Amino acid sequence: MTTLPSLWPLAGIAIVVIGFGLRANPLAVVVLAAFGSGLGAGLSVAEVVAALGKAFNQNRYVSVPWLALPVIGLMERAGLQEQARRVIASARAATAARILILYLGLRQITAALGLTQIAGHAQTVRPLLAPMVEAAAERDNPAITEDERHKVKAMAAATDNVGIFFGEDIFIAIASILLIKGFLEGAGIIVQPLQLSVWAIPTAIAAFAVHGLRLWRMGRASGKAG
Amino acid sequence: MIGLPALYTLAGLVFAGWAAATLLDRQHPRRLRGAAFWGLIAASFLAGDALGDMGNGVLVLALVGLALAGAPGKGQPATSSSEDRAASAAARGNRLFLPALVMPGVALAGTFLLPRLGGLFDPKQVTLVSLGLGAMLAAAALMAWTRPSASAAVQEGRRLAENVGWAMLLPQLLASLGMVFGLAGVGDIVGSLAPLAIPDGSRLAAVVAFTGGMAIFTILMGNAFAAFPVMMGGIGLPVLVLGLGANPVVVGAVGMLAGFCGTLLSPMAANFNIVPAALLELPDRYAVIRAQVGTALPLWLFNTALIWGFAF
Repeated sequence: MTTLPSLWPLAGIAIVVIGFGLRANPLAVVVLAAFGSGLGAGLSVAEVVAALGKAFNQNRYVSVPWLALPVIGLMERAGLQEQARRVIASARAATAARILILYLGLRQITAALGLTQIAGHAQTVRPLLAPMVEAAAERDNPAITEDERHKVKAMAAATDNVGIFFGEDIFIAIASILLIKGFLEGAGIIVQPLQLSVWAIPTAIAAFAVHGLRLWRMGRASGKAG
Repeated sequence: MIGLPALYTLAGLVFAGWAAATLLDRQHPRRLRGAAFWGLIAASFLAGDALGDMGNGVLVLALVGLALAGAPGKGQPATSSSEDRAASAAARGNRLFLPALVMPGVALAGTFLLPRLGGLFDPKQVTLVSLGLGAMLAAAALMAWTRPSASAAVQEGRRLAENVGWAMLLPQLLASLGMVFGLAGVGDIVGSLAPLAIPDGSRLAAVVAFTGGMAIFTILMGNAFAAFPVMMGGIGLPVLVLGLGANPVVVGAVGMLAGFCGTLLSPMAANFNIVPAALLELPDRYAVIRAQVGTALPLWLFNTALIWGFAF
């Protein structure tokens, strides 16, 4: 039995759990958690500030995709959301559930081919997918409540997430596959990326089945068969 | 070589444009705070390397302070009326979908072509470089086709950025927290505690501890990549693979997917869960997570069963 390490560095995790539980501002929670874990590990206040600053600077690439917002805004200005609604309004076969099931399948297949960047919340969900499913839901249920409208839009975002998460691991050069391969290699176990990505297929099929079934039932519940 | 520095300059200019537009927006209720918020992000992109660790740290604290004081807030960015949009949609019809295909098209072409262009582009940054190129091309095409006022690209971008608000900063800040956690040794501690949760010799309990640990630690960290080395090092490798003789390929591949189920439930996975709720203007910050619970839990059970049934 080895001795337990000091548990104080875990203070940050406790702060995260409590902070999100209290629905405090997440930015403040994150900064407090950094201080909690940093001070818990014996760093000084100045050292925590510097560590946070260094990490923030190294992680700037995470915020680069925001530079696409002007393009999305210009498309909306020209009436892209309105056109997406017009198309759906006249295509009665395109129910909200069917649109989302089709999108789920396409997102999984393209992600499995490594094309994770061709869709996303800013690129496709806000300008195209959400207005389409919203218009379809309104057309099929004119008495739709504000709450139901929000649920359908949230489901559009959820469908994009499920599609990419459980599609991308089938692609052999995706970061997560390389991370698994690298970790096992460090432990002296040599595996090929293809062996790993094959094992992502059963879960990808299960994800399509589970989420697709939920979408189909959502369509049934709203009064129109998916 | 075109890589991250060029992208950071482009992103810095975009944020600087929002700062200037906010400063000029007399109807913005928190004009100065909003301009300072976008301006500091622009400074981080344009001059982050020159600021030093301490300077960047103070910049982060200032950004968070501004956010708590109501930045960036919402002003009155000039945009088209809903009548204008309906008229434009009626006149332009389905051709409006073409610009929406520019960015995905450039991303697709860039993935295959950029690495072949010799040393012109940084091969490690193909995805982000393609995104930057696609955004510039699409913006130029839209400006030429729809001929809005010259400042439209800045104002339309600001309109969306103000909708997302301070949540824009969350993904980068969470990634930074992950690094601070790493420095503090959080992962090592969790990894050394995790095996204590398993009763000796029970194969199912060991599998559940592994996939459950992956999901829970992913929820806490917001990222399955951060949880994987910890749980694999704490339980997956020593207990499942070396102790019980499980197949490392199945444990590794499916264990990662069990972590992804946690990502679907995590407010810390801001890019996927919090930012879209803001982008879609949903009143409930956790609406996307709520929509994903019914998918994440059955899939976690499926992944657990997959390891239990096929790894031994």
